[in-house]
Amino acid sequence: MTNQKSSGVNGSALALARGLGWFSIGLGLAEMLVPRVLTEQLGMQGKEGLLRFYGVREFAAGLGILISDNPGPWIWGRLAGDAVDLATLVTGLGEHNPRKGNVAMALAAVAGVTALDGVSAQALSGRGPRGPGPVRDYSDRRGMPKPPEAMRGVARNLQIPKDMRTPDALRPLDSRNLAEERTI
Amino acid sequence: MRALCWHGKGDIRCDRVPDPQIEDPRDAIVKVTSTAICGSDLHLYNGFIPGMQSGDIMGHEFMGEVVEVGTGNKKLRLGDRVVVPFTIICGECEQCRRGNFSVCERTNRNRDLADKVFGHTTAGLFGYTHLTGGYPGGQAEYVRVPYADVAPVKVSKNGLSDEQVLFLSDIFPTGWQAAVQCDVEPSDTVAIWGAGPVGQFAIRSAVLLGAKQVIAIDRLPERLTMARAGGAITINFEEESVIERLNDLTGGKGPEKCIDAVGLEAHATATIDSMYDRAKQMLMLETDRPHVLREIFYVCRPAGTVSMPAVYGGLSDKIPLGAFMNKGLTLRTGQTHVNRWTDDLLRLIEEGQIDPSFVVTHQVKLEDGPAMYKTFRDKEDGCVKVVLKP
Repeated sequence: MTNQKSSGVNGSALALARGLGWFSIGLGLAEMLVPRVLTEQLGMQGKEGLLRFYGVREFAAGLGILISDNPGPWIWGRLAGDAVDLATLVTGLGEHNPRKGNVAMALAAVAGVTALDGVSAQALSGRGPRGPGPVRDYSDRRGMPKPPEAMRGVARNLQIPKDMRTPDALRPLDSRNLAEERTI
Repeated sequence: MRALCWHGKGDIRCDRVPDPQIEDPRDAIVKVTSTAICGSDLHLYNGFIPGMQSGDIMGHEFMGEVVEVGTGNKKLRLGDRVVVPFTIICGECEQCRRGNFSVCERTNRNRDLADKVFGHTTAGLFGYTHLTGGYPGGQAEYVRVPYADVAPVKVSKNGLSDEQVLFLSDIFPTGWQAAVQCDVEPSDTVAIWGAGPVGQFAIRSAVLLGAKQVIAIDRLPERLTMARAGGAITINFEEESVIERLNDLTGGKGPEKCIDAVGLEAHATATIDSMYDRAKQMLMLETDRPHVLREIFYVCRPAGTVSMPAVYGGLSDKIPLGAFMNKGLTLRTGQTHVNRWTDDLLRLIEEGQIDPSFVVTHQVKLEDGPAMYKTFRDKEDGCVKVVLKP
Protein backbone atom coordinates (compact mmCIF):
# COMPACT_ATOMS: atom_id res chain seq x y z
CA MET A 1 0.00 0.00 0.00
CA THR A 2 1.41 3.33 -0.98
CA ASN A 3 1.23 6.20 1.45
CA GLN A 4 3.15 8.90 -0.34
CA LYS A 5 4.93 9.41 -3.62
CA SER A 6 7.77 11.76 -4.43
CA SER A 7 6.79 12.71 -7.98
CA GLY A 8 5.08 16.07 -8.14
CA VAL A 9 4.15 18.91 -10.47
CA ASN A 10 7.78 19.65 -11.16
CA GLY A 11 8.31 16.06 -12.31
CA SER A 12 5.51 16.35 -14.90
CA ALA A 13 6.74 19.74 -16.07
CA LEU A 14 10.24 18.38 -16.50
CA ALA A 15 8.96 15.34 -18.38
CA LEU A 16 7.03 17.60 -20.77
CA ALA A 17 10.11 19.80 -21.23
CA ARG A 18 12.28 16.77 -22.00
CA GLY A 19 9.70 15.58 -24.53
CA LEU A 20 9.78 18.97 -26.23
CA GLY A 21 13.58 18.76 -26.20
CA TRP A 22 13.57 15.51 -28.11
CA PHE A 23 10.96 16.93 -30.51
CA SER A 24 13.26 19.92 -31.12
CA ILE A 25 16.18 17.63 -31.86
CA GLY A 26 14.12 15.62 -34.38
CA LEU A 27 12.64 18.66 -36.11
CA GLY A 28 16.01 20.42 -36.14
CA LEU A 29 17.70 17.43 -37.78
CA ALA A 30 14.95 17.22 -40.41
CA GLU A 31 15.23 20.93 -41.21
CA MET A 32 19.02 20.73 -41.44
CA LEU A 33 19.23 17.50 -43.45
CA VAL A 34 16.21 17.53 -45.81
CA PRO A 35 15.10 21.17 -46.18
CA ARG A 36 14.24 20.71 -49.87
CA VAL A 37 11.66 18.00 -49.08
CA LEU A 38 10.01 20.25 -46.51
CA THR A 39 9.93 23.37 -48.70
CA GLU A 40 8.45 21.35 -51.60
CA GLN A 41 5.70 20.00 -49.36
CA LEU A 42 4.90 23.55 -48.26
CA GLY A 43 5.21 25.08 -51.72
CA MET A 44 7.85 27.42 -50.37
CA GLN A 45 10.82 26.53 -52.61
CA GLY A 46 13.80 28.83 -52.39
CA LYS A 47 13.72 29.05 -48.61
CA GLU A 48 16.00 26.04 -47.96
CA GLY A 49 18.76 28.20 -46.46
CA LEU A 50 16.35 29.80 -44.03
CA LEU A 51 15.03 26.38 -43.05
CA ARG A 52 18.54 25.09 -42.38
CA PHE A 53 19.11 28.08 -40.11
CA TYR A 54 15.87 27.31 -38.27
CA GLY A 55 17.05 23.72 -38.00
CA VAL A 56 20.25 24.77 -36.23
CA ARG A 57 18.17 26.88 -33.84
CA GLU A 58 15.79 23.99 -33.12
CA PHE A 59 18.62 21.53 -32.57
CA ALA A 60 20.45 23.89 -30.20
CA ALA A 61 17.26 24.53 -28.21
CA GLY A 62 16.60 20.79 -27.95
CA LEU A 63 20.12 20.10 -26.75
CA GLY A 64 19.87 22.93 -24.23
CA ILE A 65 16.59 21.57 -22.84
CA LEU A 66 17.99 18.06 -22.50
CA ILE A 67 21.30 18.86 -20.88
CA SER A 68 20.26 21.70 -18.59
CA ASP A 69 19.26 21.35 -14.93
CA ASN A 70 16.86 24.20 -15.51
CA PRO A 71 15.29 23.93 -18.99
CA GLY A 72 12.93 26.89 -18.41
CA PRO A 73 14.97 29.50 -20.32
CA TRP A 74 15.42 27.12 -23.25
CA ILE A 75 11.66 26.54 -23.42
CA TRP A 76 11.14 30.32 -23.54
CA GLY A 77 13.67 30.32 -26.39
CA ARG A 78 11.57 27.71 -28.17
CA LEU A 79 8.49 29.89 -27.73
CA ALA A 80 10.26 32.78 -29.44
CA GLY A 81 11.28 30.39 -32.22
CA ASP A 82 7.66 29.25 -32.57
CA ALA A 83 6.63 32.87 -33.19
CA VAL A 84 9.23 33.17 -35.94
CA ASP A 85 8.09 29.84 -37.46
CA LEU A 86 4.45 30.95 -37.45
CA ALA A 87 5.34 34.27 -39.08
CA THR A 88 7.33 32.45 -41.77
CA LEU A 89 4.55 29.96 -42.46
CA VAL A 90 1.93 32.71 -42.79
CA THR A 91 3.84 34.01 -45.83
CA GLY A 92 3.06 30.69 -47.53
CA LEU A 93 -0.72 31.18 -47.36
CA GLY A 94 -0.94 33.34 -50.46
CA GLU A 95 -3.38 32.48 -53.33
CA HIS A 96 -0.51 31.63 -55.66
CA ASN A 97 0.72 28.70 -53.45
CA PRO A 98 -0.79 25.39 -54.66
CA ARG A 99 0.28 23.74 -51.37
CA LYS A 100 -1.34 26.27 -49.05
CA GLY A 101 -3.45 23.45 -47.57
CA ASN A 102 -0.24 21.87 -46.28
CA VAL A 103 0.86 25.25 -44.96
CA ALA A 104 -2.41 25.56 -43.03
CA MET A 105 -1.85 22.11 -41.48
CA ALA A 106 1.72 23.07 -40.59
CA LEU A 107 0.42 26.27 -38.98
CA ALA A 108 -2.05 24.25 -36.89
CA ALA A 109 0.71 21.83 -35.83
CA VAL A 110 3.08 24.65 -34.87
CA ALA A 111 0.25 26.37 -32.98
CA GLY A 112 -0.33 23.13 -31.04
CA VAL A 113 3.35 22.79 -30.17
CA THR A 114 3.41 26.49 -29.23
CA ALA A 115 0.59 25.83 -26.77
CA LEU A 116 2.60 22.96 -25.25
CA ASP A 117 5.67 25.20 -25.05
CA GLY A 118 3.54 27.79 -23.27
CA VAL A 119 2.23 25.25 -20.76
CA SER A 120 5.76 23.99 -20.15
CA ALA A 121 7.26 27.47 -19.79
CA GLN A 122 4.50 28.42 -17.37
CA ALA A 123 4.98 25.29 -15.29
CA LEU A 124 8.71 25.81 -15.13
CA SER A 125 8.61 29.54 -14.47
CA GLY A 126 10.29 30.47 -11.23
CA ARG A 127 11.91 27.05 -11.04
CA GLY A 128 15.58 27.75 -10.60
CA PRO A 129 17.95 24.89 -10.00
CA ARG A 130 17.36 25.33 -6.26
CA GLY A 131 13.93 26.88 -5.97
CA PRO A 132 13.08 29.85 -3.77
CA GLY A 133 14.20 30.49 -0.21
CA PRO A 134 16.93 32.26 1.72
CA VAL A 135 20.48 30.92 1.90
CA ARG A 136 21.10 29.11 5.18
CA ASP A 137 24.10 30.12 7.21
CA TYR A 138 25.92 27.09 8.61
CA SER A 139 28.97 28.96 9.81
CA ASP A 140 28.29 27.72 13.37
CA ARG A 141 28.47 24.06 12.33
CA ARG A 142 32.09 23.36 13.06
CA GLY A 143 31.59 19.82 14.36
CA MET A 144 34.73 20.14 16.47
CA PRO A 145 35.12 21.45 20.04
CA LYS A 146 37.74 24.08 19.15
CA PRO A 147 38.48 26.23 16.09
CA PRO A 148 40.01 24.27 13.18
CA GLU A 149 43.44 25.81 13.81
CA ALA A 150 43.44 24.28 17.30
CA MET A 151 42.19 20.93 16.00
CA ARG A 152 44.75 20.66 13.21
CA GLY A 153 46.63 17.39 13.56
CA VAL A 154 44.95 16.06 16.71
CA ALA A 155 44.42 12.70 14.98
CA ARG A 156 47.90 12.57 13.49
CA ASN A 157 48.87 9.92 16.02
CA LEU A 158 46.32 7.45 14.61
CA GLN A 159 48.06 4.72 12.67
CA ILE A 160 47.71 5.03 8.88
CA PRO A 161 47.57 1.48 7.50
CA LYS A 162 50.66 0.47 5.57
CA ASP A 163 48.72 -0.15 2.36
CA MET A 164 47.46 3.44 2.37
CA ARG A 165 50.81 5.11 2.91
CA THR A 166 52.44 7.04 0.12
CA PRO A 167 55.58 5.40 -1.31
CA ASP A 168 58.74 7.11 -0.04
CA ALA A 169 59.71 8.39 -3.48
CA LEU A 170 56.48 10.40 -3.59
CA ARG A 171 56.78 11.87 -0.09
CA PRO A 172 58.22 15.30 0.74
CA LEU A 173 61.97 15.10 1.31
CA ASP A 174 61.75 16.10 4.98
CA SER A 175 59.37 13.28 5.89
CA ARG A 176 61.14 10.39 4.17
CA ASN A 177 62.87 7.67 6.01
CA LEU A 178 66.32 8.69 4.80
CA ALA A 179 68.08 5.92 6.68
CA GLU A 180 66.01 3.34 4.90
CA GLU A 181 66.70 5.08 1.59
CA ARG A 182 70.46 4.82 2.11
CA THR A 183 70.29 1.06 2.49
CA ILE A 184 68.69 0.61 -0.95
CA MET B 1 6.20 -2.53 8.36
CA ARG B 2 6.70 0.75 6.53
CA ALA B 3 9.68 1.26 4.22
CA LEU B 4 10.84 3.66 1.52
CA CYS B 5 10.77 1.74 -1.75
CA TRP B 6 12.19 2.52 -5.17
CA HIS B 7 9.67 2.33 -8.01
CA GLY B 8 11.57 4.01 -10.83
CA LYS B 9 13.39 7.19 -11.67
CA GLY B 10 12.29 9.98 -9.32
CA ASP B 11 9.73 7.69 -7.69
CA ILE B 12 10.30 6.71 -4.06
CA ARG B 13 7.25 5.72 -2.03
CA CYS B 14 6.58 4.92 1.58
CA ASP B 15 5.09 1.43 1.21
CA ARG B 16 3.80 -1.19 3.59
CA VAL B 17 5.91 -4.33 3.13
CA PRO B 18 6.32 -7.67 4.97
CA ASP B 19 8.47 -7.62 8.12
CA PRO B 20 11.94 -9.13 7.67
CA GLN B 21 12.67 -12.61 9.07
CA ILE B 22 15.82 -14.32 10.29
CA GLU B 23 17.09 -16.35 7.31
CA ASP B 24 20.47 -17.52 8.58
CA PRO B 25 21.74 -18.34 12.10
CA ARG B 26 24.22 -15.43 11.88
CA ASP B 27 21.46 -12.88 11.12
CA ALA B 28 19.92 -10.28 13.39
CA ILE B 29 16.84 -8.11 13.02
CA VAL B 30 17.36 -4.45 13.90
CA LYS B 31 14.54 -2.08 14.77
CA VAL B 32 15.66 1.13 13.11
CA THR B 33 15.76 4.22 15.32
CA SER B 34 17.50 6.54 12.83
CA THR B 35 18.37 6.29 9.16
CA ALA B 36 19.66 8.80 6.64
CA ILE B 37 19.46 9.61 2.95
CA CYS B 38 22.90 9.39 1.36
CA GLY B 39 24.13 11.26 -1.70
CA SER B 40 24.61 7.90 -3.39
CA ASP B 41 20.90 7.15 -2.83
CA LEU B 42 20.31 10.05 -5.21
CA HIS B 43 22.12 8.16 -7.98
CA LEU B 44 19.44 5.47 -7.61
CA TYR B 45 16.68 8.07 -7.33
CA ASN B 46 17.90 9.77 -10.50
CA GLY B 47 18.13 6.47 -12.37
CA PHE B 48 21.86 6.39 -12.98
CA ILE B 49 22.67 3.07 -11.31
CA PRO B 50 21.54 -0.06 -13.17
CA GLY B 51 20.15 -3.16 -11.52
CA MET B 52 17.29 -1.71 -9.43
CA GLN B 53 13.89 -3.40 -9.27
CA SER B 54 10.53 -1.88 -8.42
CA GLY B 55 9.83 -2.34 -4.71
CA ASP B 56 13.48 -2.42 -3.58
CA ILE B 57 13.84 -0.99 -0.07
CA MET B 58 16.23 1.96 -0.01
CA GLY B 59 18.82 3.03 2.54
CA HIS B 60 22.28 2.01 3.68
CA GLU B 61 22.88 4.40 6.60
CA PHE B 62 20.99 3.17 9.65
CA MET B 63 21.19 2.21 13.30
CA GLY B 64 18.87 0.85 15.91
CA GLU B 65 18.10 -1.78 18.50
CA VAL B 66 18.62 -5.50 18.08
CA VAL B 67 15.20 -7.16 18.47
CA GLU B 68 15.95 -10.67 17.18
CA VAL B 69 19.16 -12.69 16.93
CA GLY B 70 19.90 -15.86 14.95
CA THR B 71 20.92 -18.96 16.88
CA GLY B 72 24.47 -18.88 15.52
CA ASN B 73 25.13 -15.22 16.36
CA LYS B 74 27.37 -14.98 19.43
CA LYS B 75 28.16 -11.25 19.12
CA LEU B 76 24.80 -9.54 19.52
CA ARG B 77 22.14 -9.70 22.22
CA LEU B 78 18.57 -8.50 22.32
CA GLY B 79 18.48 -4.82 23.18
CA ASP B 80 21.98 -4.02 21.88
CA ARG B 81 22.27 -0.58 20.30
CA VAL B 82 24.12 -0.91 16.99
CA VAL B 83 25.25 1.15 14.03
CA VAL B 84 25.25 -1.00 10.90
CA PRO B 85 27.95 -0.35 8.26
CA PHE B 86 26.64 -0.16 4.71
CA THR B 87 29.04 -2.87 3.50
CA ILE B 88 27.98 -6.42 4.39
CA ILE B 89 31.07 -8.45 5.27
CA CYS B 90 31.78 -12.05 6.19
CA GLY B 91 35.00 -11.35 8.12
CA GLU B 92 36.52 -14.62 6.93
CA CYS B 93 37.35 -14.42 3.22
CA GLU B 94 40.82 -13.44 2.01
CA GLN B 95 39.81 -9.82 1.31
CA CYS B 96 38.13 -9.40 4.72
CA ARG B 97 41.17 -10.83 6.49
CA ARG B 98 43.31 -8.22 4.68
CA GLY B 99 40.95 -5.45 5.77
CA ASN B 100 39.56 -4.90 2.28
CA PHE B 101 36.03 -5.23 3.57
CA SER B 102 34.27 -3.44 0.73
CA VAL B 103 35.41 -6.14 -1.66
CA CYS B 104 34.36 -9.06 0.53
CA GLU B 105 34.22 -12.12 -1.68
CA ARG B 106 31.23 -13.82 -0.08
CA THR B 107 28.43 -11.43 0.76
CA ASN B 108 27.19 -10.41 -2.68
CA ARG B 109 24.40 -12.90 -3.30
CA ASN B 110 24.28 -11.83 -6.97
CA ARG B 111 27.93 -12.60 -7.42
CA ASP B 112 27.51 -13.96 -10.97
CA LEU B 113 25.96 -10.68 -12.06
CA ALA B 114 28.73 -8.63 -10.44
CA ASP B 115 31.39 -10.88 -11.98
CA LYS B 116 29.96 -10.15 -15.41
CA VAL B 117 29.70 -6.38 -14.93
CA PHE B 118 32.81 -5.61 -12.83
CA GLY B 119 35.00 -8.58 -13.71
CA HIS B 120 34.94 -9.80 -10.11
CA THR B 121 32.43 -9.39 -7.33
CA THR B 122 32.51 -6.79 -4.57
CA ALA B 123 30.76 -6.86 -1.19
CA GLY B 124 27.02 -6.92 -0.72
CA LEU B 125 25.53 -3.54 0.19
CA PHE B 126 22.30 -2.62 1.94
CA GLY B 127 19.61 -0.87 -0.05
CA TYR B 128 21.52 -0.61 -3.27
CA THR B 129 21.52 -2.15 -6.74
CA HIS B 130 21.08 -5.88 -7.33
CA LEU B 131 24.63 -5.76 -8.70
CA THR B 132 25.63 -5.54 -5.03
CA GLY B 133 23.21 -8.16 -3.77
CA GLY B 134 19.92 -6.29 -3.75
CA TYR B 135 19.66 -6.49 0.06
CA PRO B 136 16.67 -4.64 1.56
CA GLY B 137 17.87 -1.38 3.04
CA GLY B 138 17.55 0.58 6.25
CA GLN B 139 15.01 3.25 5.35
CA ALA B 140 12.44 1.06 7.05
CA GLU B 141 11.13 0.18 10.47
CA TYR B 142 13.08 -3.09 10.60
CA VAL B 143 16.05 -4.55 8.72
CA ARG B 144 17.48 -8.04 8.46
CA VAL B 145 21.22 -7.75 8.93
CA PRO B 146 23.09 -10.68 7.33
CA TYR B 147 26.45 -11.72 8.85
CA ALA B 148 25.37 -9.67 11.87
CA ASP B 149 28.06 -11.25 14.03
CA VAL B 150 30.75 -9.31 12.12
CA ALA B 151 30.10 -5.71 11.05
CA PRO B 152 27.58 -4.03 13.39
CA VAL B 153 29.21 -1.56 15.74
CA LYS B 154 27.89 -1.66 19.30
CA VAL B 155 27.45 1.74 20.92
CA SER B 156 26.58 2.65 24.46
CA LYS B 157 22.94 3.40 25.21
CA ASN B 158 23.90 6.36 27.32
CA GLY B 159 25.53 9.60 26.36
CA LEU B 160 25.75 9.82 22.60
CA SER B 161 22.70 10.65 20.51
CA ASP B 162 21.77 8.76 17.34
CA GLU B 163 22.87 11.73 15.23
CA GLN B 164 26.35 11.61 16.79
CA VAL B 165 26.99 7.96 15.89
CA LEU B 166 24.67 7.23 12.93
CA PHE B 167 27.18 8.39 10.35
CA LEU B 168 29.68 5.72 11.39
CA SER B 169 27.57 3.62 9.01
CA ASP B 170 28.96 5.38 5.95
CA ILE B 171 29.71 9.06 5.42
CA PHE B 172 32.09 9.66 8.33
CA PRO B 173 34.32 6.65 7.55
CA THR B 174 34.00 7.49 3.85
CA GLY B 175 35.24 11.05 4.35
CA TRP B 176 37.89 9.73 6.72
CA GLN B 177 39.13 7.05 4.30
CA ALA B 178 39.22 9.69 1.55
CA ALA B 179 41.65 11.71 3.68
CA VAL B 180 43.60 8.70 4.97
CA GLN B 181 44.15 7.52 1.39
CA CYS B 182 45.89 10.86 0.83
CA ASP B 183 48.36 9.99 3.60
CA VAL B 184 48.26 13.63 4.67
CA GLU B 185 51.62 15.30 5.43
CA PRO B 186 51.89 18.47 7.56
CA SER B 187 53.05 20.34 4.44
CA ASP B 188 50.14 19.20 2.26
CA THR B 189 47.36 21.13 0.64
CA VAL B 190 44.28 18.91 0.34
CA ALA B 191 41.73 20.09 -2.22
CA ILE B 192 38.26 18.58 -1.95
CA TRP B 193 35.73 18.79 -4.78
CA GLY B 194 32.18 18.68 -3.40
CA ALA B 195 31.07 20.07 -0.04
CA GLY B 196 28.22 17.63 0.42
CA PRO B 197 28.13 15.36 3.48
CA VAL B 198 31.14 13.22 2.46
CA GLY B 199 33.07 16.33 1.46
CA GLN B 200 32.30 17.90 4.85
CA PHE B 201 33.68 14.88 6.68
CA ALA B 202 36.69 14.76 4.36
CA ILE B 203 37.42 18.42 5.23
CA ARG B 204 37.34 17.75 8.97
CA SER B 205 39.31 14.52 8.57
CA ALA B 206 42.03 16.30 6.62
CA VAL B 207 42.20 18.98 9.35
CA LEU B 208 42.37 16.37 12.12
CA LEU B 209 45.07 14.50 10.20
CA GLY B 210 47.09 17.71 10.06
CA ALA B 211 46.92 19.10 6.53
CA LYS B 212 48.54 22.53 6.22
CA GLN B 213 45.73 23.81 4.04
CA VAL B 214 42.31 22.39 3.12
CA ILE B 215 40.39 23.78 0.17
CA ALA B 216 36.74 22.98 -0.62
CA ILE B 217 35.16 23.48 -4.04
CA ASP B 218 31.39 23.76 -4.48
CA ARG B 219 28.79 26.27 -5.67
CA LEU B 220 26.15 26.22 -2.92
CA PRO B 221 26.68 29.08 -0.43
CA GLU B 222 25.27 27.20 2.58
CA ARG B 223 27.58 24.24 1.98
CA LEU B 224 30.52 26.58 1.56
CA THR B 225 29.75 28.23 4.91
CA MET B 226 29.71 24.78 6.53
CA ALA B 227 33.02 23.98 4.84
CA ARG B 228 34.59 27.20 6.13
CA ALA B 229 33.32 26.39 9.63
CA GLY B 230 35.26 23.11 9.38
CA GLY B 231 38.47 24.88 8.46
CA ALA B 232 38.45 24.98 4.66
CA ILE B 233 39.28 27.79 2.29
CA THR B 234 36.42 27.76 -0.20
CA ILE B 235 36.14 28.17 -3.95
CA ASN B 236 32.75 28.79 -5.58
CA PHE B 237 33.25 27.34 -9.05
CA GLU B 238 30.42 29.43 -10.45
CA GLU B 239 32.19 32.62 -9.47
CA GLU B 240 35.87 31.94 -10.09
CA SER B 241 38.26 29.65 -11.93
CA VAL B 242 39.04 26.57 -9.86
CA ILE B 243 42.34 25.97 -11.64
CA GLU B 244 43.58 29.55 -11.25
CA ARG B 245 42.58 29.80 -7.58
CA LEU B 246 44.11 26.43 -6.66
CA ASN B 247 47.34 27.40 -8.37
CA ASP B 248 47.29 30.77 -6.59
CA LEU B 249 46.85 29.05 -3.22
CA THR B 250 49.71 26.62 -3.84
CA GLY B 251 52.38 28.88 -5.26
CA GLY B 252 51.56 27.79 -8.79
CA LYS B 253 52.30 24.12 -8.09
CA GLY B 254 48.82 22.69 -7.52
CA PRO B 255 47.55 20.75 -4.49
CA GLU B 256 49.51 17.65 -3.49
CA LYS B 257 46.35 15.78 -2.54
CA CYS B 258 43.01 15.95 -4.34
CA ILE B 259 39.74 14.34 -3.27
CA ASP B 260 36.80 13.76 -5.62
CA ALA B 261 33.67 13.82 -3.44
CA VAL B 262 31.35 14.52 -6.36
CA GLY B 263 31.21 11.56 -8.73
CA LEU B 264 29.05 10.61 -11.64
CA GLU B 265 26.51 13.44 -11.44
CA ALA B 266 28.88 16.40 -11.57
CA HIS B 267 26.95 19.64 -11.98
CA ALA B 268 26.98 20.95 -15.55
CA THR B 269 29.11 24.08 -15.42
CA ALA B 270 29.75 26.50 -18.23
CA THR B 271 32.73 24.41 -19.37
CA ILE B 272 32.55 22.64 -22.71
CA ASP B 273 33.46 19.27 -21.27
CA SER B 274 30.63 19.23 -18.74
CA MET B 275 28.09 20.19 -21.42
CA TYR B 276 29.56 17.41 -23.55
CA ASP B 277 29.11 14.95 -20.66
CA ARG B 278 25.48 15.98 -20.16
CA ALA B 279 24.74 15.50 -23.86
CA LYS B 280 26.47 12.10 -24.02
CA GLN B 281 24.80 10.90 -20.84
CA MET B 282 21.43 11.98 -22.18
CA LEU B 283 22.06 10.04 -25.39
CA MET B 284 23.20 7.03 -23.30
CA LEU B 285 26.68 7.14 -24.81
CA GLU B 286 28.33 7.30 -21.38
CA THR B 287 27.01 6.62 -17.89
CA ASP B 288 29.07 9.06 -15.82
CA ARG B 289 29.95 12.75 -15.95
CA PRO B 290 33.63 12.85 -14.97
CA HIS B 291 34.20 16.64 -15.17
CA VAL B 292 35.67 16.74 -11.66
CA LEU B 293 38.09 13.93 -12.35
CA ARG B 294 39.35 15.73 -15.46
CA GLU B 295 39.89 18.91 -13.47
CA ILE B 296 41.70 17.01 -10.72
CA PHE B 297 44.06 15.22 -13.11
CA TYR B 298 44.85 18.59 -14.68
CA VAL B 299 45.48 20.63 -11.52
CA CYS B 300 46.98 18.05 -9.15
CA ARG B 301 50.67 18.52 -8.40
CA PRO B 302 52.98 16.05 -10.22
CA ALA B 303 53.61 12.94 -8.08
CA GLY B 304 50.48 13.84 -6.12
CA THR B 305 47.68 11.61 -4.90
CA VAL B 306 44.07 11.54 -6.06
CA SER B 307 41.58 10.02 -3.65
CA MET B 308 38.21 9.12 -5.10
CA PRO B 309 35.49 8.19 -2.60
CA ALA B 310 32.93 9.46 -5.12
CA VAL B 311 30.62 6.94 -6.75
CA TYR B 312 31.02 6.18 -10.45
CA GLY B 313 28.67 3.73 -12.10
CA GLY B 314 30.07 2.50 -15.37
CA LEU B 315 31.74 4.14 -18.34
CA SER B 316 33.32 7.58 -18.60
CA ASP B 317 34.71 9.40 -21.59
CA LYS B 318 37.64 11.73 -22.27
CA ILE B 319 39.62 10.97 -19.13
CA PRO B 320 42.98 12.77 -19.51
CA LEU B 321 45.17 9.74 -18.97
CA GLY B 322 48.03 11.63 -20.60
CA ALA B 323 48.16 14.09 -17.71
CA PHE B 324 47.59 11.31 -15.20
CA MET B 325 50.43 9.19 -16.55
CA ASN B 326 52.96 11.88 -17.30
CA LYS B 327 52.53 13.54 -13.90
CA GLY B 328 52.93 10.21 -12.13
CA LEU B 329 49.77 10.60 -10.10
CA THR B 330 48.51 7.95 -7.70
CA LEU B 331 44.80 7.16 -7.75
CA ARG B 332 43.20 5.54 -4.69
CA THR B 333 39.55 4.65 -4.71
CA GLY B 334 36.92 2.10 -3.73
CA GLN B 335 33.88 1.77 -1.53
CA THR B 336 34.72 2.37 2.11
CA HIS B 337 36.20 -0.40 4.27
CA VAL B 338 33.95 0.88 7.06
CA ASN B 339 34.98 -1.52 9.83
CA ARG B 340 38.62 -0.62 9.33
CA TRP B 341 37.92 2.82 10.78
CA THR B 342 34.96 2.52 13.14
CA ASP B 343 36.97 1.81 16.33
CA ASP B 344 39.17 4.90 15.88
CA LEU B 345 36.30 7.13 14.78
CA LEU B 346 33.99 6.03 17.61
CA ARG B 347 36.81 6.84 20.02
CA LEU B 348 37.20 10.34 18.47
CA ILE B 349 33.46 10.89 18.92
CA GLU B 350 33.49 9.62 22.49
CA GLU B 351 36.47 11.85 23.31
CA GLY B 352 34.55 14.81 21.89
CA GLN B 353 37.12 15.55 19.17
CA ILE B 354 34.36 15.55 16.58
CA ASP B 355 30.57 15.71 16.71
CA PRO B 356 29.19 14.31 13.42
CA SER B 357 25.71 15.71 14.08
CA PHE B 358 26.93 19.06 12.72
CA VAL B 359 25.98 17.89 9.22
CA VAL B 360 22.28 17.20 9.93
CA THR B 361 20.09 19.92 8.46
CA HIS B 362 16.76 18.09 8.22
CA GLN B 363 15.09 15.55 10.47
CA VAL B 364 11.69 14.13 9.48
CA LYS B 365 9.47 11.08 9.92
CA LEU B 366 10.03 8.10 7.63
CA GLU B 367 6.78 8.73 5.77
CA ASP B 368 8.05 12.20 4.81
CA GLY B 369 11.10 10.58 3.20
CA PRO B 370 9.83 10.65 -0.40
CA ALA B 371 9.42 14.43 -0.29
CA MET B 372 12.85 14.80 1.33
CA TYR B 373 14.48 12.88 -1.52
CA LYS B 374 13.33 15.65 -3.81
CA THR B 375 14.38 18.40 -1.40
CA PHE B 376 17.82 16.82 -1.03
CA ARG B 377 18.25 16.24 -4.77
CA ASP B 378 17.24 19.79 -5.66
CA LYS B 379 19.34 21.18 -2.77
CA GLU B 380 16.37 23.18 -1.60
CA ASP B 381 15.89 24.67 1.85
CA GLY B 382 19.63 24.48 2.56
CA CYS B 383 19.45 20.70 2.64
CA VAL B 384 22.78 18.98 3.34
CA LYS B 385 21.82 15.87 5.30
CA VAL B 386 18.46 14.28 6.02
CA VAL B 387 17.83 11.98 9.00
CA LEU B 388 14.64 9.92 8.96
CA LYS B 389 12.89 8.64 12.08
CA PRO B 390 10.79 5.49 11.49
